[in-house]
Amino acid sequence: MIAKMITKRLLVSLVILFVVSLLVFVATLLLPGDPAQAILGQQATPERLEALREQMNLNDPVWVRYFTWIGGLFTGNLGYSAASGGPVTALLSDRIQASLVLMGLAALISIPVGIVVGTFSALKRGRAFDHAATGTTLVLASLPEFVIGIGLVALFSTSVFKILPSVTMAPPGEAVWNYPVQLVLPTITLVLVVTPYIVRMMRGTMLEVMNSGFVEMARLKGVPERQVVLRHAVPHALAPVAQVIAIQLAWMAGGVVVIEFLFRYPGIGQALVDAVNNRDVQVVQAISILIAAAYIVVNLLADLVGILTNPKLRTEKAS
Amino acid sequence: MSTVEEVVAQDPVVARPPRLLARMMRQPQAKLGMVLTLVVMFLALAGPLLTPWLTGHTSTEFTGRPFTDIGIFGTDNLGRDVFSRFLDGGLRLIVYAALATALGMVVGVAVGMTAAYSGGRVDALIMRGNDVLLALPQLVFALLAITVLGPQGWVLVVVIGITHAPRIARVTRSATAAVITEDYIRASEMYAVPKWKILLTEVLPNITGPLMVELGLRMTYSIGFVAALSFLGLGMQPPTADWGLMINESRIALVVQPWGVLLPVAAIAVLTVGTNLLTDSLARASADMNVGNKK
Repeated sequence: MIAKMITKRLLVSLVILFVVSLLVFVATLLLPGDPAQAILGQQATPERLEALREQMNLNDPVWVRYFTWIGGLFTGNLGYSAASGGPVTALLSDRIQASLVLMGLAALISIPVGIVVGTFSALKRGRAFDHAATGTTLVLASLPEFVIGIGLVALFSTSVFKILPSVTMAPPGEAVWNYPVQLVLPTITLVLVVTPYIVRMMRGTMLEVMNSGFVEMARLKGVPERQVVLRHAVPHALAPVAQVIAIQLAWMAGGVVVIEFLFRYPGIGQALVDAVNNRDVQVVQAISILIAAAYIVVNLLADLVGILTNPKLRTEKAS
Repeated sequence: MSTVEEVVAQDPVVARPPRLLARMMRQPQAKLGMVLTLVVMFLALAGPLLTPWLTGHTSTEFTGRPFTDIGIFGTDNLGRDVFSRFLDGGLRLIVYAALATALGMVVGVAVGMTAAYSGGRVDALIMRGNDVLLALPQLVFALLAITVLGPQGWVLVVVIGITHAPRIARVTRSATAAVITEDYIRASEMYAVPKWKILLTEVLPNITGPLMVELGLRMTYSIGFVAALSFLGLGMQPPTADWGLMINESRIALVVQPWGVLLPVAAIAVLTVGTNLLTDSLARASADMNVGNKK
């Protein structure tokens, strides 16, 4: 039963990924003008244009180009950037790493913090801590990500304190983690955007679990309160929270764009904004499909967690 | 017709929405949210009318050298009056966000109700299409569209509306599914009332609760979204006065001229917090009343 559901979910993801790739590909076909002309400029001779068209496979029929492009995704050949002329893969490989570092750090901080704050908030329901946590998360959840980022910059690097750099300035070719101070503000911004949702979900499910029969039973047996919370309540509250966490991770794949732009962080998000500004189709295509793929995979993981932790599906064996 | 009869006649029509709103407004956080929202709304709506009269300058006029203290909040990097630009910069943001939200609501509600009411293959087809649209992060979808179509006002509105629609459709579909099994729907069907009329006059009034919550949520997101795109330089284009664009243009000079960034940031923050407080209390009021949200 479970295996069947998982296979079905996997297949659905593959189909969605395929349709999304079609969508991304077709979007670039709608673009007016000739990409070869865009790269070489108005002065280019017809021979050079023809040569570049041949190199970019622009003379092939559309469906051949689609499959060449898709094939390139798997072999790491993503075409050539119209703005710089260099291969897209070389442009992106460092940036993907940098973005992953940023998102990984943010996830490492926000997941435990969100779970702990949410749990405490639920245990201290109606007290000062709970009110503070609920109010703060509500406000943070409503603010757009760049507003939070600018607020932090104003607070920590320009107007009030001047202790943290507001932009990332790692020299090209060097890894971002060699400059840990520059990672602080982008990471905190991302954490502040993502954590509120985890806190709110954790608080909600913890309240539900703490009111349930098995927790009352454990208490009646005389289990110490600490153990009731840690052994009985929290593990049960984690399953729904895991889904929210996964959704937040998926959100990060897209939301990181604005934050990277704000801090001039050398990741894929900033590359995407630059590429859109330059109308650099190959790069936009490559990054869109990358982000979409990451988004689909994380959402898939979220659903798998949901399927695996759903006790109803565990007991329902041969139906 | 006497006044008494008039009241009785109107009663069933107007009874529910005021009750939901009244319940919402009884919560203190809704009052706070209403005040915050109205303050920024007033600033944004009245601002463009006040500019030359209150500050002495229009929003795009060069009033002096860059970063001097002329006027209340000084000048920006091109010597334009920051306060004038601030007053003039909110209207477009709010109008675009409202239009995008309205478009998303109309499309999403129509699609969601059709899917739930038709059921079967139509339902499955629509919801699978939904899944595909949901698989692209909203921002990436918007950037893709802007690459192809260029940064223009209608592109912003359409793209944000379209990316909202599948999310709204999902909510509408589940709310509708809970309502269409009711007896009064079956009664209307037996009278051979056309489908679209049943959806508009029987189903829609009974799912206003979740839809209003969704409306508030999407409005909050739309404001952030329009502002973020302008902030990325891909929404409003210079020399338009716009809060998102102002932040983008002035953030390099945050140390010398903080007002150019802080005023619009504060306005956007207050507005989104206000709308979200309203939405949150609306959600509670609607959950208490259990309108159309039966499980």
